[in-house]
Amino acid sequence: MSFYGVDLSSRLLLGTARYPSPAILAEAVKASGAEVVTVSLRRESGAQRAGQAFWSFIRELGVRVLPNTAGCHSVKEAVTTAHMARELFDTPWIKLEVIGESDTLQPDVFGLVEAARILAEDGFEVFPYTTEDLVVADRLVQAGCRVLMPWGAPIGSARGLNNLYGLKALRAHFPDIPLVVDAGIGVPSHAAAAMELGYDAVLLNTAVAEAGDPAGMARAFALAIEAGRLAFLAQPLEPRDMAAPSTPVIGKAVLGG
Amino acid sequence: MQIFLNGKAREVEAATLDAALNALGFRDAVVATALNGRFVAKGARPATTLAEGDTIEVVAPLQGG
Repeated sequence: MSFYGVDLSSRLLLGTARYPSPAILAEAVKASGAEVVTVSLRRESGAQRAGQAFWSFIRELGVRVLPNTAGCHSVKEAVTTAHMARELFDTPWIKLEVIGESDTLQPDVFGLVEAARILAEDGFEVFPYTTEDLVVADRLVQAGCRVLMPWGAPIGSARGLNNLYGLKALRAHFPDIPLVVDAGIGVPSHAAAAMELGYDAVLLNTAVAEAGDPAGMARAFALAIEAGRLAFLAQPLEPRDMAAPSTPVIGKAVLGG
Repeated sequence: MQIFLNGKAREVEAATLDAALNALGFRDAVVATALNGRFVAKGARPATTLAEGDTIEVVAPLQGG
């Protein structure tokens, strides 16, 4: 799997927020096998300089970072945040979020497409947090996105894949674009289901960070994602309405009755 | 003059963004900046002059999903 020419062997992208402690975050990253973690930008205090310590910590993890524009509600805010992230993290990668609705944290897809175009023209490699809408996805690709990240369900909701049919259709329409289910994953079976659909990767955070044992859950997700991928490659059955006996009927002994 | 650093009013004597950051505790810090809502690259800070009432945003890496 590759994102913008960068080859990765792990198909799990892990968020770094909401862990009980930095040590547990580090354990979870290790247990997950993730090669990419998401990070953010927040106001820094000249007195506390909390971000400085976090940055040294992340660098020691030895993983690639994918900065986000979380919390941005306008194109201008998201674009400015992306510029700040590019300088700070020294990467053209940006997980582009333009939030349109505060209860569901649903992306503002109109703003998203506009911001994606501005950033792609400026040399950014955009990972847009989007919905499963095919037309929006097409516009994002036209805008220069070479990865798409549809939601499974609202951020932090742990509801899994809300629209299996829509996610399937998206996969079918964009066979050559890396697709990552981002947001809404609650348990490893949700991640496995995304991978069985042929998705390239899964991005999650809260499901691991807020589990009772984050490192244990990270490992469970890693295994589920690998299992889902193997299942996809092995070409799973399609569901059917009628029973089909798995044991051969021919040759069965005739025993009366 | 009065400027607004991350939403809070502060008095600074510095004439440039670079000098103001040093005076406000960000010397050698890994931060990114915006002045009045516009990104200012690190290399452009010494030549960016400040005016009364400017708003400065200073951000650093933090946990994110």
